[in-house]
Amino acid sequence: MNVITDKLRVEDNKWIGQRTIRPDGADKVTGRASYAADNTMPGMIWGKVLRSPHAHARIRSIDTSKAEALPGVKAVVTAKDIVDFPLETSVMLGIQDMRWMCRNVMAREKALFHGHPVAAVAAINEEVAAAACALIAVDYEVLPHVIEIEDAIRDDAPILHDFAKFEGKPSNIAGTMTAKLGDVEAGFAEADIVVERTFRTRPIHQGYIEPQACTVSYSADGRATIWSSSQGQFMVRAMTSLLTGVPQSNIRAIPAEIGGGFGAKTIIYLEPVALLLSKKSGRPVKMVMTREEVMRATGPTSGSFSTVKIGAKKDGTFVAAKGDFYIQAGCLPGGPLRGPVGCSFAPYDIPNVLSVGYDVVSNRSKVAAYRAPGAPLGAYAAECVIDEIAEQLGMDPLELRLKNTARSGTKAAYGATFAKVTFEETIEAIRDHEHYKAPLDRNPRPGVKRGRGLASGFWYNAGGESSAQVNITEDGNVVVTTGHPDVGGSRASIANVTAELLGVDHGRVSVLIGDTASIGYSNLTGGSRVTFASAMVVTQSAEKVIGQLKERAAKIWKIDPEAVHWENGEARPAGPNAGQFPPLSLADLAAKASETGGPIGAGVQLNTAGAEPGFATHVVDVEVDVDLGIVRVLRYTAAQDVGRALHPSYVEGQIQGGVVQGIGWALSEEYLYDRQGRLENAGFLDYRMPVCSDVPMIEAVMLEIPNPKHPQGVRGVGEAPIVPPLAAIANAVHDALGTRFYSLPMSPPKVLERLDGG
Amino acid sequence: MAKTHISTSINGEPVEFLADPGSSLLDALRNTLGLTGTKEGCGTGDCGACSVTVDGRLVCSCLVLAVEAEGAEIATIEGMAQGEALHPLQRKFLEMAALQCGICTPGVLISARALLEKNPNPTETEVRFGLAGNLCRCTGYDKIVRAVMEAAAEMRETV
Repeated sequence: MNVITDKLRVEDNKWIGQRTIRPDGADKVTGRASYAADNTMPGMIWGKVLRSPHAHARIRSIDTSKAEALPGVKAVVTAKDIVDFPLETSVMLGIQDMRWMCRNVMAREKALFHGHPVAAVAAINEEVAAAACALIAVDYEVLPHVIEIEDAIRDDAPILHDFAKFEGKPSNIAGTMTAKLGDVEAGFAEADIVVERTFRTRPIHQGYIEPQACTVSYSADGRATIWSSSQGQFMVRAMTSLLTGVPQSNIRAIPAEIGGGFGAKTIIYLEPVALLLSKKSGRPVKMVMTREEVMRATGPTSGSFSTVKIGAKKDGTFVAAKGDFYIQAGCLPGGPLRGPVGCSFAPYDIPNVLSVGYDVVSNRSKVAAYRAPGAPLGAYAAECVIDEIAEQLGMDPLELRLKNTARSGTKAAYGATFAKVTFEETIEAIRDHEHYKAPLDRNPRPGVKRGRGLASGFWYNAGGESSAQVNITEDGNVVVTTGHPDVGGSRASIANVTAELLGVDHGRVSVLIGDTASIGYSNLTGGSRVTFASAMVVTQSAEKVIGQLKERAAKIWKIDPEAVHWENGEARPAGPNAGQFPPLSLADLAAKASETGGPIGAGVQLNTAGAEPGFATHVVDVEVDVDLGIVRVLRYTAAQDVGRALHPSYVEGQIQGGVVQGIGWALSEEYLYDRQGRLENAGFLDYRMPVCSDVPMIEAVMLEIPNPKHPQGVRGVGEAPIVPPLAAIANAVHDALGTRFYSLPMSPPKVLERLDGG
Repeated sequence: MAKTHISTSINGEPVEFLADPGSSLLDALRNTLGLTGTKEGCGTGDCGACSVTVDGRLVCSCLVLAVEAEGAEIATIEGMAQGEALHPLQRKFLEMAALQCGICTPGVLISARALLEKNPNPTETEVRFGLAGNLCRCTGYDKIVRAVMEAAAEMRETV
């Protein structure tokens, strides 16, 4: 469903807004697309990682001599081979601190979680490499470990890092972040009603189906080529360079097709290790993680322990909000505090806000970004409290939200003053939707109860660095290269934009992703930024190309370039005064390119700006089987301001995929640890992501309200859809059962326990 | 241990290869025969990315030993299109954007074809249960289910 609410939409667009066939599609339905693990090289050998069997242990020594002596073993590396970033000095690459990255890639002083890499081997095959790993003797001093947030922040908790201090004392709270607006205590004093609740969530994994994999070939001249799947080949190059000491100019990172990332592939695990193994062995080295390694040692996103307090007047006006968000970082600092601290209250106009995040380390794998990092945790708490306020005030939760929406000029606690807020439109879209109006049969049969829930969400969105090159081929067709791995159809959007701007048939445009040697620097595929930023640089590149095409036509016609128009893929004289010439097509001009000035093509590299934030409102109907404790989602509708849907199918797809990830988060996914600090469910059987039969169709309501700061009106889409579902489903379960769950997932054992215990 | 000589048929072509007795059919397809269209997502039969059919039966190739291919007829994603002509399922997946990253797509297509061979006119619920063994993390399954049902409708008309 499309709702277009702004005249800025160009009604006569031929390609933008069309559901075209994606440029990379045929290879993906025939098995030809090459993902990271599909690459091989002549002479290639296999790398394998030895991982810590302890959740927390000092590494006294590592003896690799027996492994090195095993026939077939070609190289062994340990932390000694990785560039050390001393604890005293922070070295940042984007949001990643290399002090933590070097220790995450290979344990240095201590093994900090069960599964932490301690050494790696390259051998003639995977079996020999695994056998060699077993021959590496690591002398561990096992230390007490801590897993859960509430245990980690106790005064007597085992401390992971001596350098981390909180309130002057050694602590597992490695950092804090605060967003403040007004005077929150004065605000609560004005409130007629205050609701304060505490919420808990478990870490969950990004769950991409493609395990991390790479092949690295280090040549005798000191140059390395990396084939891997990531959310940024330039990140792979820079991080590998920092961790190995090989200069960036000597590393070529080639992006394979990526089999899902959702944020987790914005950092690397294998590439520097494989490079060092290749350097030592003189052979190309391939490394592929098992699913168990993925679950134990990559990602996940944080679990949380949050207290949210909101005060309102009798008429529902919010006057104050306070949030304390304890967020798991995993074993090294860097949890996504910015998500809950900044996003939880951002959709609302609240004059007094105090939002504090605490970065809590414990003996778990270091967290990685996951779709709107941290924001769903905060929204879960805030949006459930808002539901409870509505209940206590006897107000419709939708009307309560509508009453308090941020508007143009509202200042958010995280610092921004909103220019144009499109939150209200998302609530109204749900209010006016047939789903929201449809009556719900609350007791359709014995043993089943149904409920309806609502929640909203906010995500910042991002701009940042992007590069593009648009070239006209000698036969008059178009090749576009960008620097962004395509995780969900961005090439399809770029093909539509390019065809539209140049006025050529979509089928004549190829869209490729360049490696680090063939396109300018481009920041990560993340932050909901790629379609926004790459459409911007592609637009500017195409405009330059059109300028060149006009100049070439002007040269042929011997008239002024100003007197040439470009329309429908042809150069035409601007008017009768410009002269009478038959139009010149792209093919005509390409054929004459050599004689009119040489190759036709242009590139643009920009630090893009103007990414306006994303707002979403969701409504969900659930059914609870009171005998089995199973919560089933019956119907789901998600409304979001998407700016401009360059390719509507892939915009809907982002919303639908984000929602179903949120359903898993709410109902079934969680990391479970045993008493030794070992992950108990390191596989897809016991880590329960939604399968096809778990979910209904997801209706995506795309509100196309063009972003005035983007040439096509694009607004980031991918992350906002995962923000509301946790609370929407929790509120629906409350509506069904009359009891509230303050921890996720609302899995059958937990639901049954509540129903049995009252 | 010595390797075993296997004679089999893959996508209608006779194929011979040597297999370690302990290696999986998935490993043989990907690493011995270079048929990397079949994907490994878990290696434990939980995600369905490695779905193939053996003598018409849908299996996770990571749970089948390579030596079990002896004398069998194996069908993989590489054999689904006939030359340039895509299978209706493949075509509908493209037309209806039923893939995002695409890593699960070969397995989903193989499973969907096996489902439609047994049940040419499935309900939405039957499609959902038929594909419940294939994890997709990107799409939320909505467009996959729609594409399978559209393909089924088209295939019924052309029979």
